[in-house]
Amino acid sequence: MGEHSGGSGSGAGDDGRSPRIGRRLLVERLSSYWLRGAGYFAVGLFAAIVVALLYQSLPLLAEYPLSEVLLSSNWDPAQNQFGFFPAIVGTVYVTILSMAMGAPIAVLAAVYIAEYAEGRTRTLVSSFIDVLAAIPSVIFGLVALVVVVPFVGNYLAPAVGADATGLGILTVSLVMAIVVTPFMISLSVESLEALPDELRESSLGVGATEWETIRSVLLRAAGPGIFSAVLLGFGRVFGATIVPAMLIGGQTQLPDSVFSTGQTLPTLIVNDFGELMSLPLTQSALIFVGLLLVVVVWLFNFAAMLVRRRLQRRWQYQ
Amino acid sequence: MTDTVLETENLAVTYTGDRRVEAVKGVDLAFPENRLTAIIGPSGCGKSTYLKALDRLHDIQPNVEITGEVYLRGEPVYDTDEPAPEIRKQVGYVPQEPTALPLSIYENVAYGLRIHGLFDSKDDLDELVERHLRKVNLFEEVSDRLDAPAAGLSTGQIQRLCLARSLAVEPDVLLCDEVTSALDPISAENVEETLAELAEEYTIVMVTHSMDQAKRLADEVVFLYLGEVVETNDVRSFFEDPQHERTKRFVSGPTDDEYAVSDAT
Repeated sequence: MGEHSGGSGSGAGDDGRSPRIGRRLLVERLSSYWLRGAGYFAVGLFAAIVVALLYQSLPLLAEYPLSEVLLSSNWDPAQNQFGFFPAIVGTVYVTILSMAMGAPIAVLAAVYIAEYAEGRTRTLVSSFIDVLAAIPSVIFGLVALVVVVPFVGNYLAPAVGADATGLGILTVSLVMAIVVTPFMISLSVESLEALPDELRESSLGVGATEWETIRSVLLRAAGPGIFSAVLLGFGRVFGATIVPAMLIGGQTQLPDSVFSTGQTLPTLIVNDFGELMSLPLTQSALIFVGLLLVVVVWLFNFAAMLVRRRLQRRWQYQ
Repeated sequence: MTDTVLETENLAVTYTGDRRVEAVKGVDLAFPENRLTAIIGPSGCGKSTYLKALDRLHDIQPNVEITGEVYLRGEPVYDTDEPAPEIRKQVGYVPQEPTALPLSIYENVAYGLRIHGLFDSKDDLDELVERHLRKVNLFEEVSDRLDAPAAGLSTGQIQRLCLARSLAVEPDVLLCDEVTSALDPISAENVEETLAELAEEYTIVMVTHSMDQAKRLADEVVFLYLGEVVETNDVRSFFEDPQHERTKRFVSGPTDDEYAVSDAT
């Protein structure tokens, strides 16, 4: 591209490097530095957090081998026993259960909204889903305390012959499924809507029904997007704090059924940090839990990105 | 005169969204068997809207109102008890944008055959897929990677794959919506050659805004302007002796500039 010098306002300079262009190029260079700095800031921040957490975890790791910390079931900070295994198991339970309940519903609801719902119904349904996604999760926790907890304690658990107060892993999973489903729906709807109409027309054009089109073509083409929506849900459940803290019962023991109380990694931090941060080793232990959470979430995102790229390259939609 | 495969009677398509737009205003046309009919006209004249209406593809969109009727071999397409998928199977449709289904090359062609159960055995399916890939001059180019994702093909190859996919279910008529306009000149020429060969055994209705393409390929030409048929005639009379003033201007005028590059070849 040639340089277009300004019109009447550019002054008398005919050499093409008037003071004006000089100033503009300076601003150009400065703004690129500034923008780059802002971009690297995020990377730097992440690195700084990991380093800080790692550094503060060292006292614990100096005293106890990693394997013992991760695999021991004894959690008693007062006695200097730091076994995270019950909280790890609790986290895994909650994550798997809520995704098993939430992800299929999210995908089906997204298909309904993107492909079947029309006009007013569609606007109504999707606006309610957006509202659900915007409600602070503490509200879900509160409502669950008066609705889900008695339901699980008085009806569901007795129905399967279990003895439970209603607080526990299943309750948390149910509520977390409700919390993350709207997010997964919104994102999945977006990826379905981003598909070109030609894809639908091509499939319908050879005589496929709408359901056949959805099943064999659209879900596959929107696969990378739906996949990341579900993984985002995973991350949110994994790191969820307030709902588990309110509903899980807060007892650090290996859960023996889905009705038993327990602990997740984030609730371990929330429940204990107030009174125990004054004990150096306990503080280090809780910070180590934080490190564990950050690393797992990061690995998750990284794996998700790799899989998504592979899928995208394969089908080249989105 | 040959038999009429597809016919429209006072077909009108109106978009009823925020603004009412009558895109197609009562079109009567008949498409004869084993002929290639080109529908030409400036952008936004309702060509694609009309074409999609022939395959009931507006059904999936809200806010579209269709009146009049389409007859496929004398049977109504809209006012009928026959399910839409069965009708769409008999009317092939290839969109403007080359669109590979997110499946392998083989499965793209087998897609309709599987849905309708149009084969007896795996060998039979293999044979049908190969035959239709050959029909569009694609088999030699892809025979060593039939199981590779179709999205990896070039746009020109994908467009020919789309033709094969549509033809595999043996439609009575094939609708092509500006199938070369998204392609580079060489791919466009390949697809055009394929269309010319297909025109010998299929009934094809093709939308194009290139008059040169219509001249090269078509047996019959329809000139659509603002949703109405201005003139329809066989290709020679249409271009050599246009009857209407507007057709004369369109045929002779320099309005074909969008195609200047590909038509220069």
